[in-house]
Amino acid sequence: MMDQQGDPLVYIKREAVSKVLKALKEDAGLSFDVLMDLFAVDYLHWEEKADRFEIIYNLFSSTKLHRLFVKVAVPEREPSLDSVASVWPAADWFEREVWDMFGVSFKGHPNLKRILMYEEFKGHALRKDYLYNKRQPLIGPMN
Amino acid sequence: MGEVSAPNLEKFSLMTTKLGDAIGWARKFSIFQYPFVTACCGMEYMATACAHYDVDRFGAGFPRFSPRQSDVLFVVGTISHKMAPILKRIYDQMCEPKWVVAFGVCTCTGGFYDNYATVMGIDTIIPVDVYIPGCPPRPENVLDGLMKLQEKIQTQKQEVF
Repeated sequence: MMDQQGDPLVYIKREAVSKVLKALKEDAGLSFDVLMDLFAVDYLHWEEKADRFEIIYNLFSSTKLHRLFVKVAVPEREPSLDSVASVWPAADWFEREVWDMFGVSFKGHPNLKRILMYEEFKGHALRKDYLYNKRQPLIGPMN
Repeated sequence: MGEVSAPNLEKFSLMTTKLGDAIGWARKFSIFQYPFVTACCGMEYMATACAHYDVDRFGAGFPRFSPRQSDVLFVVGTISHKMAPILKRIYDQMCEPKWVVAFGVCTCTGGFYDNYATVMGIDTIIPVDVYIPGCPPRPENVLDGLMKLQEKIQTQKQEVF
């Protein structure tokens, strides 16, 4: 158990995601009924990180009024993990955004397609190895 | 049979002009605008359009939300690559004669955006007649741009379609 600016933070294994998060929601003593946020970080070129991506779940309980951060390390060779859209419907669009921007896919998601960029876009814009000024316009000159 | 008397011309005030000048005068004071508003510049556009600055003094107070009925396309706010084909289609739907105003620095050059999502100036997609820079431009700035557009409409060769 670690600390994220005053709120508890736990790391869990990728295989345990759907089971643990479902339990965090349904356990009467914890009852994390709100998924405040779900996002990813690309730790490319970070020596101290074994896996490239981290998915971070920001949970809140509207009855117990406490928070929890859950982090999951996701390796580059197989960037996928279980979807929690069936646990919190709010996860639907968050997971689509993570897929769009980082290329991490979510197994069991009902409609995993791009949400911000257009379908013709190649690659994933917020990956650290995507050049910030590389442009792929639908019409108009390239750069 | 009663006699038909000749009309008394002295009671009319007459003015002679060239057809092109007359059409230009009529066009510049009857600008039907299409506001293509996507971002924060829209607030400044509203400030210009409302009573305090009153863009209607220049005959441009009538926004038409159909491109087929409008003369001037006001592109107000950042245009992303995802939005670009829509802007092009709106421009193509407008009837001639038509003009385009790039409102705000994002539409002129891309502004402070330099990333994967933003079009670096709408003149990479459609032709632009007047650029109004500023982030956002002050209403005085917008009216200055509008007067420059009127000047351009007045002095250009008038195509009669």
